[in-house]
Amino acid sequence: MSPAHLLTAALSVSAVRGGTLSLPHIDYLTILPELIFLGGALVMLLHSALIRRTMDAATSTSWALSAATAALVASLVQWYEVSAHGPKVAVAGAVAFDGFSVFVTILVSSATLVAILISHSWLEREGVRGPEMQALMLVSAMGAMLMGAANDLIMVFLGLEILSIALYVLAAFDHRRPASGEAALKYFILGAFSSAVFVYGIALVYGATGTTNLPQIADFLSRNLLLHNGLLLGGLALLLAGFCFKIAAVPFHMWTPDVYQGAPTPVTGFMSAIAKVGGFAALLRVFVSSFGLLRADWQPAIWVIAALTLLLGASVALVQRDVKRMLAYSSINHAGFVLLGLQAATSRGVSDSLYYLFAYAFMALGSFAVVSIVGAKGDGNHRLDAYRSLGRRHPWLAAAFTVFLLGQAGIPFTTGFLAKLAVVEAAVEAHSVWLAGIAMVSAVVAAFFYLGLVRLMWAAPAADAPVAGAPAGAMASVGAATASMQPAERVSAGALASPVGTAAGQVSGSAAGSPAGAGSTSGEEAGSTSEETEEPALSTPLGVGIAIALCAGVTVVFGVIPAPLLDFAHQATLLIR
Amino acid sequence: MTVPGAWYLGLSVVLFAIGALGVLVRRNVLVMFMCVELMLNAANLAFVTFSRMLDDIGGQALVFFVLVVAAAEVVVGLGIVVAIFRRRQDATADDFHVLKG
Repeated sequence: MSPAHLLTAALSVSAVRGGTLSLPHIDYLTILPELIFLGGALVMLLHSALIRRTMDAATSTSWALSAATAALVASLVQWYEVSAHGPKVAVAGAVAFDGFSVFVTILVSSATLVAILISHSWLEREGVRGPEMQALMLVSAMGAMLMGAANDLIMVFLGLEILSIALYVLAAFDHRRPASGEAALKYFILGAFSSAVFVYGIALVYGATGTTNLPQIADFLSRNLLLHNGLLLGGLALLLAGFCFKIAAVPFHMWTPDVYQGAPTPVTGFMSAIAKVGGFAALLRVFVSSFGLLRADWQPAIWVIAALTLLLGASVALVQRDVKRMLAYSSINHAGFVLLGLQAATSRGVSDSLYYLFAYAFMALGSFAVVSIVGAKGDGNHRLDAYRSLGRRHPWLAAAFTVFLLGQAGIPFTTGFLAKLAVVEAAVEAHSVWLAGIAMVSAVVAAFFYLGLVRLMWAAPAADAPVAGAPAGAMASVGAATASMQPAERVSAGALASPVGTAAGQVSGSAAGSPAGAGSTSGEEAGSTSEETEEPALSTPLGVGIAIALCAGVTVVFGVIPAPLLDFAHQATLLIR
Repeated sequence: MTVPGAWYLGLSVVLFAIGALGVLVRRNVLVMFMCVELMLNAANLAFVTFSRMLDDIGGQALVFFVLVVAAAEVVVGLGIVVAIFRRRQDATADDFHVLKG
């Protein structure tokens, strides 16, 4: 039953029984991470409203971090619950509780954890006080979780709006740079436009099927053969357009470079990870599980959108002179790869798309964490030239960025490689060979700008000799990270060696068991960047250092030992409701 | 006189088209906001019409969700506009030139 039916049922019951409302049974475990995020945000906002002194960054970060950690733990508990007792629907059918939704919840809460660490360093550096940025991040992440769990088109819409409205404000957060407000306005107008298109799509689907509940729609389509399904297909097209705005797929991607460039860098990182995860989660569930029977109608459309997204994202990124714009086009290119899995419309395709989203979220967050450091005070130093010979000045920072760039380019021994391989295989399996070919061509084109940036970082200003050193450096850090994974004692020894490592070990240990080893070792590396001062002196504060280490750890460890994550994504799809 | 449901749907489509065209064509930010509102309300009209045609009250309840979201959206949008236009004179989208795109 949809929330709308619920509301009307409750109202009619109250009229009949003289004021008694019959409320649905709510299994609170199924929405616990969402409630934790919402509660955390409300506590932070109330705290700053009730106490006269403005909250400093350390307090708000610790609030937000504990909320994110609690949500991550809750979502892991959910995973065990789903694995043990199987999927179900909850809150009167408005929310699905299955492997897919829990996968999205785990991914969103861990990505939010990283994004909060990045935002902490930005807040301290820019001297911004108050809890609003991190509270809004929590609310926005809650919207993404709801999109992953939505079992009703209206829930998808509510999740989308919770996600987006908080992001509009976050994009405008840096009120000292005019570009930030401009980005927010652009994002707001196009976002509101796409939401309106999306709602109209819901209205048409409702008109054609008589329900907005996703399983009921699938049920209706399996029992009825529509002779005149123009209404339904029109609704489907509008839904697809609304989703494509959110995930920045090509005909609807115009806002992406401007908004990514204008928004404060930690917000850009958050947006690139969370908004994409939320949008794709809902898109996959709505199209594959509800409109799966109509796949012959929507697969060609997705084919065209995916091909355009792949090619345009890769080729336009080549000519960008601003690193944030370049990463924006790179994120468009990645959206094309995730669409490959959707176009396949198989269980395999969905699980590979989930795996790609996991890999992409951490590579994007890590990249924007590095960009946020290089941006320096004022957050304006984003020309590609700022990265020239970064390897000389800040070897560990450059090494971490190299890992993220090589991962996004799809070099072996990173999650990016396996993710690209997986979606291309899924596409070939579904007989979309040409699309797989286009994807591979776009990966080759994209490798040019990723490797170009790597070369810029490691090549000396004049000589081109140490270019070959770049992949070798990445390999070395791969080796270091894996070596540290095996003996737990080495990790604790490394943690004792420096205070940075200790903190990294604690945070990553409490956050997620898996990347702890790599996290703490490279935490030391990222923390102890060399201090040279020819360009603006870059300092790598603790928070963002840990964030970079965590992302690099995830990218490399799951790249070398892919089985757990691949199994996780596969299990998540098997447990779909 | 009875009005067939299709007329309401036609009106809703026309409203939606006017709104969409307005967002794409008009340059004043506030007018663009109003056009987005027009699109959302066109969807509301479609919801109510379908609800009557299908004899299912659910569609009318959905309108409340859309109304609440539209209100929240306008609050945030106007907040952003006020924050930006504290330092400039008018609200014309063509004046934005810091970001090229």
